[in-house]
Amino acid sequence: MAYPYRDEREVRILSAHFGDPEARTLAGWRQRGGYEALGQALALSPEQVTEIVKNSALRGRGGAGFPTGLKWSFLRNDGRPHYVLVNSDESEPGAFKDRELCRWTPHQLLEGALINAYAIRAQHVYIYMRGEFFEPAQIVARAIDEAYAAGIAGPDVLGSGVTIDVTLHLGAGAYICGEETALMNSLEGRRGQPRVKPPFPAVFGAFGQPTNINNVETLCTVPHIIRNGADWWRSIGTDKSTGTKLFNMSGHLVRRGNFEFPLGFNMKELIYDVCGGIRDGRSLKAVIPGGSSVPMLAAHELDIPCAYERVATAGSKLGTASMIVMDDRTDIVKQVRRMVEFYAHESCGQCTPCREGTAWLARIMRRIEAGQGTEADLALLVDLGKNMTGTTICVLSDSAAAPVLSSLAKFKDEYLALIGRAAPVAAAV
Amino acid sequence: MSALDGVPGALARLEARQALGRPAPNAAPVRFTLDGNEITALPGETILQAAARHDVPVPHLCYTEGLRPDGNCRACMVEIAGERVLAPSCCRYPTKGMQVSTKSKRALKAQKLVLELLLTDSPEPAPGVDSELNRWARQLGVSAYRLPRRAQPEPDLSHPAIEVRLDACIQCTRCVRACREEQVNDVIGYAHRGSEAKIVFDLDDPMGLSTCVACGECVQACPTGALLPVLTQAPGERPRPERVVESLCPYCGVGCQTTIHVRDDRVHAIEGRDGPSNLGRLCVKGRFGFDYVHHPQRLLKPLIRREGVPKDAMQLADPGRPLDVFREASWEEALDAAACGLQALHSSHGPGALAGFGSAKGSNEEAYLFQKLIRVGFGTNNVDHCTRLCHASSVAALMENVSSGAVSNQVSDVQYADCFLVIGANPTVNHPVAATFMKNAIERGAKLILADPRRTELARHATHVLQFRPDTDVALLNAMLHTIIDEGLANRDFIRDRTLGYEALAGMLRAYSPEAMQHICGIPAAEIRAAARLYATSPRAMIFWGMGVSQHVHGTDNARCLISLALLTGQIGRRGTGLHPLRGQNNVQGASDMGLIPMFYPDYRPVTDPAARAYFGELWGRADLDPEKGLTVVEIMNAALKKQVRGMYIMGENPAMSDPDVAHAREALAALDFLVVQDIFLTETASLADVILPASAFPEKTGTFTNTDRRVQLGRAALPLPGEVRQDLWIIQELARRLGLDWSHRESADVWQEIRRAVPSSGGITWERLEREHAVTYPCRNEGDPGESVIFTQSFPTPTGRAQFTPAEFRRGDEPPDAEYPLVFITGRILEHWHTGAMTRRAGVLDALEPLPMVSMAPAELAKLGLAPGDAVTVRSRRGSVTALVRRDPAVPAGSVFMPFAYVEAAANLLTNPKLDPFGKIPEFKYCAVGVERAATAPGVAGYGIAAEVWAGGEAEARAEGPAAS
Ligand SMILES: Cc1cc2nc3c(=O)[nH]c(=O)nc-3n(C[C@H](O)[C@H](O)[C@H](O)COP(=O)(O)O)c2cc1C
Ligand code: SF4
Ligand code: SF4
Ligand code: SF4
Ligand code: FES
Repeated sequence: MAYPYRDEREVRILSAHFGDPEARTLAGWRQRGGYEALGQALALSPEQVTEIVKNSALRGRGGAGFPTGLKWSFLRNDGRPHYVLVNSDESEPGAFKDRELCRWTPHQLLEGALINAYAIRAQHVYIYMRGEFFEPAQIVARAIDEAYAAGIAGPDVLGSGVTIDVTLHLGAGAYICGEETALMNSLEGRRGQPRVKPPFPAVFGAFGQPTNINNVETLCTVPHIIRNGADWWRSIGTDKSTGTKLFNMSGHLVRRGNFEFPLGFNMKELIYDVCGGIRDGRSLKAVIPGGSSVPMLAAHELDIPCAYERVATAGSKLGTASMIVMDDRTDIVKQVRRMVEFYAHESCGQCTPCREGTAWLARIMRRIEAGQGTEADLALLVDLGKNMTGTTICVLSDSAAAPVLSSLAKFKDEYLALIGRAAPVAAAV
Repeated sequence: MSALDGVPGALARLEARQALGRPAPNAAPVRFTLDGNEITALPGETILQAAARHDVPVPHLCYTEGLRPDGNCRACMVEIAGERVLAPSCCRYPTKGMQVSTKSKRALKAQKLVLELLLTDSPEPAPGVDSELNRWARQLGVSAYRLPRRAQPEPDLSHPAIEVRLDACIQCTRCVRACREEQVNDVIGYAHRGSEAKIVFDLDDPMGLSTCVACGECVQACPTGALLPVLTQAPGERPRPERVVESLCPYCGVGCQTTIHVRDDRVHAIEGRDGPSNLGRLCVKGRFGFDYVHHPQRLLKPLIRREGVPKDAMQLADPGRPLDVFREASWEEALDAAACGLQALHSSHGPGALAGFGSAKGSNEEAYLFQKLIRVGFGTNNVDHCTRLCHASSVAALMENVSSGAVSNQVSDVQYADCFLVIGANPTVNHPVAATFMKNAIERGAKLILADPRRTELARHATHVLQFRPDTDVALLNAMLHTIIDEGLANRDFIRDRTLGYEALAGMLRAYSPEAMQHICGIPAAEIRAAARLYATSPRAMIFWGMGVSQHVHGTDNARCLISLALLTGQIGRRGTGLHPLRGQNNVQGASDMGLIPMFYPDYRPVTDPAARAYFGELWGRADLDPEKGLTVVEIMNAALKKQVRGMYIMGENPAMSDPDVAHAREALAALDFLVVQDIFLTETASLADVILPASAFPEKTGTFTNTDRRVQLGRAALPLPGEVRQDLWIIQELARRLGLDWSHRESADVWQEIRRAVPSSGGITWERLEREHAVTYPCRNEGDPGESVIFTQSFPTPTGRAQFTPAEFRRGDEPPDAEYPLVFITGRILEHWHTGAMTRRAGVLDALEPLPMVSMAPAELAKLGLAPGDAVTVRSRRGSVTALVRRDPAVPAGSVFMPFAYVEAAANLLTNPKLDPFGKIPEFKYCAVGVERAATAPGVAGYGIAAEVWAGGEAEARAEGPAAS
């Protein structure tokens, strides 16, 4: 099966074999150079492996962009059991890259995870996968079986004497379990809610032991870096955002799907050239560049390189590079209300500002949408949103506030229209 | 370690944190800047704690002292220089030079918003409820509500003790942590997500139908009044207490410290206080079982038996109608009558015709003066108390082998244990707060070996559950000992350096392989071996036992095996190891220390030892103290029937309910020529008295009480004496004066001075220190000694300094089941009722929770007899029969019947076997033969008139389903 869209300008490293069912099998993967990197890594010391990843300046693809090698280096050789967790919970509206990586390249993921385990001296990898990922789970489970049968996972990885077990664990339908410490609680059989940090996972992670957790895409990158070297990876992308990244393009676009580009690729070009621009000849109103939890950008703000640092200067975040593109017919208030309701529904409910705040935001948004809002409500939204930012255990609360605050800053007229201060924009179209 | 002993809460805090397994916080003091001032945080202190200690209040709701900080409410947010986001001060530890602002614009804004969000959906606090939310809101000036209130949940009033009003709930989860992490009862959960998140009991059941054991920890933890104690008086009003008094719980040997809230001279609530044995925790009895003191049946005036009313062992007086049998008398008349009656028997039949039962419920001072009165005033050693019925065999074995009857390590030591054995004890029921520490230890990673014929609640937490056949303790324990030797796991160095008699033990044990014993005790050999290995190879292992071990004709042998287990493996004399017989009554340790036993003077000096006699003769001013050991509890009863003992003084004990073969005991009491009873109610024993002296109840007196941990603790009077009731100490001293002793009236503090001389192991404990520290552990020989929480660290107090192995051969109990009496009868207690029920069955909440006598049987056994839960059954033994309702209880093994002995209307002890252990003289309460059949008629509802009517009818059947069935 061919993969939906391709573009010549893409640099396909992680997604090179998307659409190629043979690459899913161990034999097929090996033919394509699979598990060479693992062998190379096992010949090095764990510290050397970590050093390579550090030098590559790879940043985590789970949303926060934290330097991966640095994270690995937090785990010390302390004799305690260590764990590697693979975050495959991908539940953020707009994101669908990890799913594809699991579906098409399960061995790429396993290889990265095994290298990670070796580098931090973990003997157990848990892949925590979103419960709805039925097909990817079957594919990854099969790959794990193959890896065990071939001596790639288990008691003697590639004859090195190193033990690394791999367990696939399915979530049960909670977005919050993608947050790394909620994921740990869930894995341990506890209520899936984030933990207060510090202590951080490198000190007190899964089962109370030092743990490293990375996103699927992050780990899929690792074998390529080991095989081709840190310099090679750094030669792609920008200084601060090295290598390639999967862009998950969705919304009112002509072409939608996953596209792999070096970081730093121009956002406007991505939307208008690669994805063919807006459907039905409409014009673009707003883009959420990094998954639903980042601030939105207006049409005039898009001529920027898609690099972590550059999107940040523009007032948003690259996040997971899951771009939701909205056309001029979009009712921003309704979209924001729906996002807020999503977060209100998914809040784990422990922090007051998030539990009560998301519910308040949703109530106020509904009130405004129903034409019963007042101008004081807008002030209340801002006050609430600001105080939901940086005040909670995890950033879900910030994420809920982000679309509200950014839409109020950029599309205030649409709110005002609904509280009777201006003509309704949607009706005019 | 010891430096922290006695500093209330310090050790607890540190241990609580260790128990969480989180990385150790600051081990050294830290200087940091708080709101511009440089301050120092103590080791382990969070920013919030350090701020509070420097009088900088930071609002907080989900944090409370004693619970793991959870950081969920976000009311305590502070700004830390250089950090992007605010930090919860309740879970952040300061680092050197950190600059913290509690009042920056951003921090204040965040704090206030939290309060506003919560306040918006909260009701006005109920009158008298001091909501922490409202308190902080007032303090920060938060009142504006910018959104209307949402629909709120209805109250859940299904529980007799606890009201659930979740409209006031702020989701702080303090109750969840109290229930799950502190008490480990695992009832409360936090269900659903987001703004739907709510507190639930079990699977969102009404609280009254949940598995809640009503410890009330959640109530104590709740900051808003969403969980409240049910009002027992003045419904609708929650008046603030007029005064609070720091005292103790009157029930079990754990020795929880309490704060008694008093208003209008009535107890109106009890809270757990941060004592070293309870860290603020309580159980249902301690928290809700206090209103017995105000029960209308309290004896308020001295009583004298009416002329010509015979004593009828078969027909006890109605405790609600004392005047049918007795007439009221003045103190003068009653005391004269009591003294004269006893004096006359002394003159006519000699000292041996008199005897006294003191009480393990009384204070040390009362126990001390009581035994002194019997020894000096009556001239006999016939003085005993209910320790005879609970741990006499344990003490006999301990005295024999390690020369000290007290526990070697305190309950809290279980924090340090890697493994612990609990045998013949049901701590979640009988020592509930001690059980919480055991469960905490298990959560922390310690492994439990639970050995008991019943599969008790702790089984849920155990690594090995050894549900052995009743009566086969020695077979099981010898097989474990055998394994340890057989597999080379014995501690050779310890045996060589610190013990005697190993060869004899090893020789005897050869015949006790697990493979041979498995057929006797019913535990597979591999399981026995695994448990023995775990105990022996754990770096630190402890043993706890209860009356399931001691109340057998081979109780002393059972205890000998346990002692051998500890000695063989060297699991004694260190933190987290040792031997801990869980003591029953709140002052059973103290009463024994005070010499309320027939063979020992205070401090366990034998009455047969001339030097001891000389010492006490001198101290007490009577040269001719009785040189013979006195009679024990059951022996005194037998002697009474034989007219050898003719007069008794019984203070605060109820042998007419607690003795084995209690019909016989009642006959014995009825046969006495003269009986003086001092008690707070017309107990079954008092109803056979000639003179009744109305006694003071626990919260009415001040005195010291020694808990199972060897902690001497101060109980303080909270209430005035009702009616004409007098202090027990006063009564004893008045009687003494009338018996010709020149005693002056002394208060507890004064008597304690004398005790310090009589009991040198507590000689260093001053009254002032007790007042200051509330609790001091002995041995504490010299003033200022910290008190030794672990003993036997270097040597044993035996003449050789070594401990002794005493081999114990397996023997059968006295009365095995047979064709006519095919079932094993096991007696014991239930969580809600204490001992003979005199107090707890007169406490409203406890009576409502367990109002009726029940017989518990295995589902299979019920099926065999064609019985359904709630059916009335008759249980009969060779000595008597009782009728009660049957409860289905999968914890009871097939072939057995369990029954609590707290119910007068179906007194389990009518059935028990009075056969004694030859060493400890303890009766075999835990094993006799009975038959069970469907009863012809249902039992009448009795009790003491509180909740009885509520439970007539269908409710009883629902209850009979038992916890496991619901
Ligand atoms: C509410 C919430 C949901 C999250 N969901 C995911 C997720 O589904 N997948 C993921 O990789 N990271 C998710 N994260 C981010 C993780 O917490 C974590 O940062 C990430 O797994 C780290 O991996 P990386 O360093 O490779 O990016 C989520 C974070 C939050 C706050
Ligand atoms: S911010 Fe929201 S989702 Fe995150 S921990 Fe707090 S309540 Fe849970
Ligand atoms: S009373 Fe005790 S057992 Fe019951 S819910 Fe509260 S904490 Fe849990
Ligand atoms: S019931 Fe009380 S303690 Fe429990 S979460 Fe609600 S407010 Fe907190
Ligand atoms: S008191 Fe610190 S978060 Fe609740």
